[in-house]
Amino acid sequence: MQFDPFVIPFNIGLYFILIYSVVRSVRWFGNLSRPDKLRLQRGFFGRAFGQSLREIFMESLIHRKILKSNFRLGYMHMSLAFGWFLLILFGTLEADIFGEKHLNPPYKAIFFKFFNPEHGRQGFEAVYSFWMDLILAFILSGLLLAVIKRFSSGVVGMKRSTKLRPLDKVALTSLWLIFPSRLLAESFTSGAYGTGSFLTGSLGSLLAGLMPAQEIAYPFWWLYSLSLGAFFILLPLTRYMHIPTELFLIFARNSGITTGDKSGAFKEIQKYSCSSCGMCIDACQLSFSADITNIQGAYLLKGLRNNENVSDIAFNCLMCGRCDIKCPVGIELTPIRMISRRAGETEQVKSSILKEYLPDMIDNTPVKSNGKPSYSWLPEEEPGRAEVIYFAGCMTHLTPAVKNSMVRILNTARVNYIFMDSSGGACCGRPLMLAGQDREARELINFNSKIIWKTGAHTLVTSCPICYKVFRESYYLDVEVVHHSQFIRKLIDEESLRLNFLRKKVVYHTPCDLGRGSGVYEEPKDVLRHVTRLQKTDFEDEDSFCCGGSLGNLKISSHDKSRIAMDTAAALTRCKPDMLATSCPLCKKTLSAATETKVADIAEIVAEAIAPAPVKKKLTDPLSRIRETVRLP
Amino acid sequence: MDKFGFTILKERHIDYDANDKCIADYIASREPGFMLCIECGCCSATCTSGNFTRFSLRELQILIRRGENDLAREDISKCMLCGKCILVCPRGVNTRNVVTLAREAFQKNMNNAV
Repeated sequence: MQFDPFVIPFNIGLYFILIYSVVRSVRWFGNLSRPDKLRLQRGFFGRAFGQSLREIFMESLIHRKILKSNFRLGYMHMSLAFGWFLLILFGTLEADIFGEKHLNPPYKAIFFKFFNPEHGRQGFEAVYSFWMDLILAFILSGLLLAVIKRFSSGVVGMKRSTKLRPLDKVALTSLWLIFPSRLLAESFTSGAYGTGSFLTGSLGSLLAGLMPAQEIAYPFWWLYSLSLGAFFILLPLTRYMHIPTELFLIFARNSGITTGDKSGAFKEIQKYSCSSCGMCIDACQLSFSADITNIQGAYLLKGLRNNENVSDIAFNCLMCGRCDIKCPVGIELTPIRMISRRAGETEQVKSSILKEYLPDMIDNTPVKSNGKPSYSWLPEEEPGRAEVIYFAGCMTHLTPAVKNSMVRILNTARVNYIFMDSSGGACCGRPLMLAGQDREARELINFNSKIIWKTGAHTLVTSCPICYKVFRESYYLDVEVVHHSQFIRKLIDEESLRLNFLRKKVVYHTPCDLGRGSGVYEEPKDVLRHVTRLQKTDFEDEDSFCCGGSLGNLKISSHDKSRIAMDTAAALTRCKPDMLATSCPLCKKTLSAATETKVADIAEIVAEAIAPAPVKKKLTDPLSRIRETVRLP
Repeated sequence: MDKFGFTILKERHIDYDANDKCIADYIASREPGFMLCIECGCCSATCTSGNFTRFSLRELQILIRRGENDLAREDISKCMLCGKCILVCPRGVNTRNVVTLAREAFQKNMNNAV
């Protein structure tokens, strides 16, 4: 039996973390709702299993998403994660093949060199040690990048690095110590016995020439074991909890579990899956346009993990969803933020150190409001019946040009429609939801739903992406909800609208709630391509910017808002278009204040392009030639 | 004074000693823009709720700043937070945050009372 007391810290840490991961996973599974449990079970024994394994390999180990967007950062993450995985895998194989017997305890593999110092002299053994040295060098190169990144994040192509709390720093130090201490321990041992490959061997022989390698190696083996043990023990309290949690998250997500709109086990899992890598900070417009760098997703989740009061963080966000797209772990940051905005969700909960290891699921019962419902004064409305309902929305009433253009388009296409809020109706409810007041929003939703039911319409057209999103997601309606850009495209396809081609260069700005929020990218661009020369920008589709005027942010000052709007407008008008097109009245309003270029809604452009109806010429009328407008070719 | 026929009408009377400015202070400390308001009334003119009732953000702002909270308490729940007022405000007051904070303040105040 090969044993040495220095392996004890490592063993304690390893068995602790293994048991702990199982306990936490069982608790998470127990806390899932019943349908989610069934989903996970079905996913585990179904196709989702293979998909998850593939995703774990590609994302958790190789870090494909980060590699694609930023090679140096991706290399850093990959070398640490994939390198460590390879080291464990081939270390275990090494112990199994070259060790004294098969099926060794884990410490034999990790400290293989200590127990088999004579290994690796010639033949296949030497090749194998060369391979192991190569893996170690791979990890160390990533570690070097990681250390440099802490001091100057620009080196790996990041603007900012996440600020850490003290415990995270302790864990980070122990993680950093693991690999150099392994290198030194192996080198000293190799030096003493004259073994080792290109890295440990040459460093070992160099060091052995300077000092007594045999005696110095032993403390380094202790350091190696201690840093591993400390890292494992601290892991549940720090951001490194993401390592075991992410596996669970990938299985849960591939089984079809989503965050939804309630606090639950899946939100808990996502909370611990965040590695604070800082990709969301770099993606955030508040960070690079307005210098607000303490509210991004990583900080929200960090606050939630530490049971801090996150209300300031939760409300200071444009809810544009850029971070959701960029998150390499695929955490649904915006839905989590929506949940954090609800009343009673942001209260601080004190906990002891024991509680931190096994945190309770926080049971958040929303604070009951005083008094009766706030919108009971809304009048009963009796709309007529029609096939199509047009809902302009509050913001569209502030930009009458959009509203009037839509009316003109609907009339020209001879659509049987009702203008639901022609004299200014109630709000759709999304602004209240964004402010975390779902109960109040429900009243407005009920009010609007009643009107829509009464009309018996089959299609609801809205001009505002904010309304569009809430009509689709939070209303229980038996109508097809379309944004006006989709409806116009349908009219064009049906040939109900005859449009001229405007000779104008146009750039399209995708509104957040329509694009990333609802996945409508192509229809508005199709309409624009039909009537204008649509130009490409660097910020298409998922990469599009927020105009800054978003109703999602309750805290931002008007100064910071206009800074974001300026940056966005400048980025979009770089190729000097004749017109900046958008499909959101709020974006139009915000952007037109920030640029000299004309900003127009798609509806306005289409209304401008409407071809005049063919006039039946009375050949007998001599004045007909004069009345006809002269058109240049 | 009685001889001149001047008297203080109760409804026109602003009693600064009795008025409670805690709500105004609560809002102003968290949203400094609250003090930028020049009471022009653009917000009231564009208001979605104001379309249905005589809810007026301008009035609310005045009442809260004066400290006449009882009059404001009822009305504050009528706002739909739709955000049109922010876009029309010439002073760039973050009106949605003002209303949210006012609601929060009333809520806290009431909780303390009970």
